Amino acid sequence: MTEDVAKRVAAIIAEQALVEPETITATTTVEDLGLDSLALVEVVFGIEEAFDVSVPYNANDPAESDFKLGNFGEIVEGVKQLIAEKS
Amino acid sequence: MTRRVVVTGIGVVSALGTGYRDHTDGLKDGRVGIAEISGFDTERLMVKIAGEAKQFAGEDHFTRSEIALLDRVSQFALIAAREAVDQSGISFDEALGQRTATILGSAMGGLQTQDENYFNVYHDMKNRVHPFIVPRLMNNAPVSQISMVHGLMGPAYVVSTACSSSNHAIGQAFHQVRSGAMDAAITGGTEALLCFGGMKAWEGLRVMSKDACRPFSKTRNGMVLGEGAAILVLESLDHAQARGAEILGEICGFGMTADAGDIVQPTEDGPARAMRQALSDGALNPEEIGYINAHGTATAMNDRVEASVIKQVLGGQAEKVMVSSTKSMHGHAIGGAGALEAVATLMALNEGVVAPTAGHEEDDPQIGLDVVPNQARHARIDAALSNSFAFGGLNAVIAMRRWAG
Repeated sequence: MTEDVAKRVAAIIAEQALVEPETITATTTVEDLGLDSLALVEVVFGIEEAFDVSVPYNANDPAESDFKLGNFGEIVEGVKQLIAEKS
Repeated sequence: MTRRVVVTGIGVVSALGTGYRDHTDGLKDGRVGIAEISGFDTERLMVKIAGEAKQFAGEDHFTRSEIALLDRVSQFALIAAREAVDQSGISFDEALGQRTATILGSAMGGLQTQDENYFNVYHDMKNRVHPFIVPRLMNNAPVSQISMVHGLMGPAYVVSTACSSSNHAIGQAFHQVRSGAMDAAITGGTEALLCFGGMKAWEGLRVMSKDACRPFSKTRNGMVLGEGAAILVLESLDHAQARGAEILGEICGFGMTADAGDIVQPTEDGPARAMRQALSDGALNPEEIGYINAHGTATAMNDRVEASVIKQVLGGQAEKVMVSSTKSMHGHAIGGAGALEAVATLMALNEGVVAPTAGHEEDDPQIGLDVVPNQARHARIDAALSNSFAFGGLNAVIAMRRWAG
């Protein structure tokens, strides 16, 4: 399950960043991937659709969001937590 | 400062094809692009025909991530704008970009995006929608996208006046260049309303034909919707000549009026005043008008009123003038209609070929005009008008002259 979440999140991000999912590691940041604000909103949408969760992300002030879109490892942890809260 | 305004580039997407050449070849052949709808399920529709731009697929022109931000209405506009700019050979550096307006007509904006997503939230009960719904559906999206691609930083906006949207937009762009406020303008219109909800709304008015669009024919039985975009590059004559551009025609006058009458039924006074204004604004006598691209929707009411108005305004010249409705071939593209029809008008002036009114079966004594039935005609046209009369009683008429060099 854990590995599965990471894989699926990597696929969602890779699609937006136009890179191969394998190139994304735990320390890869959204800046490394060149994701702009619109692309980040699409990533959030993709995660919500894939895992049927609601991501508390505010594009007005990403830093103040409860959901951290920093590096890939943080994103995956955040998604896992949302899934856990749901069940 | 009053300057002459010329057209130096044209781009088109319509039911007759993608590109000026395909579109105007269709007009010259009297080819009807109206057919059974294939783009979506028509089972619950009473009207199952339209002028779909069937050969246009967004995937042929844009990447998947671009399409995420582009409703079909913006896709049409971008492709037509690219063609118009390429044809004109104009290149927008920063200085010219700041002196170029972008003004388009569109009545329904990103209707397909709205339709699809209302379905998702009201029918499928989805609780979230794709994040780009708003940037796709907003009416100004086509204008903003064109301004971004070509670096156009002057006045940029969309005019929305139903079936007159494009003519109003072209008129605004003409004013910007004529007054000297701008050196150039990208103008025209775009519409992509062919989706289930769009068709249903128009069905409701009970003005649509189930079989064909036959403007001015005694057998006419209603309008047929179309879709597409046409984009013109306008420049001041000085600017065009300074860079050695090929000139495709001159826009010399514009008239616009409101009926202040009824929300759907036209008056004769409003359209007549708009036509007279366009003539006087363009310093044209009725005797100079060789061709009128009619609004010609093929509803009983519009065509009768329009014929009467043409006779009032042109007087004796109404017996000689050629009048055609190209909606018979590309359908009624609502907010994009006037721009598609400006292309037919420019073709008549520049190429000397008057597009026919297709679908003509029987003369209507209430019309009594030369409606160029079914077959295009070769003729030298020195000046022409293009009429648009919208629901809501908003009338906009463009006057153009042949460019004689």
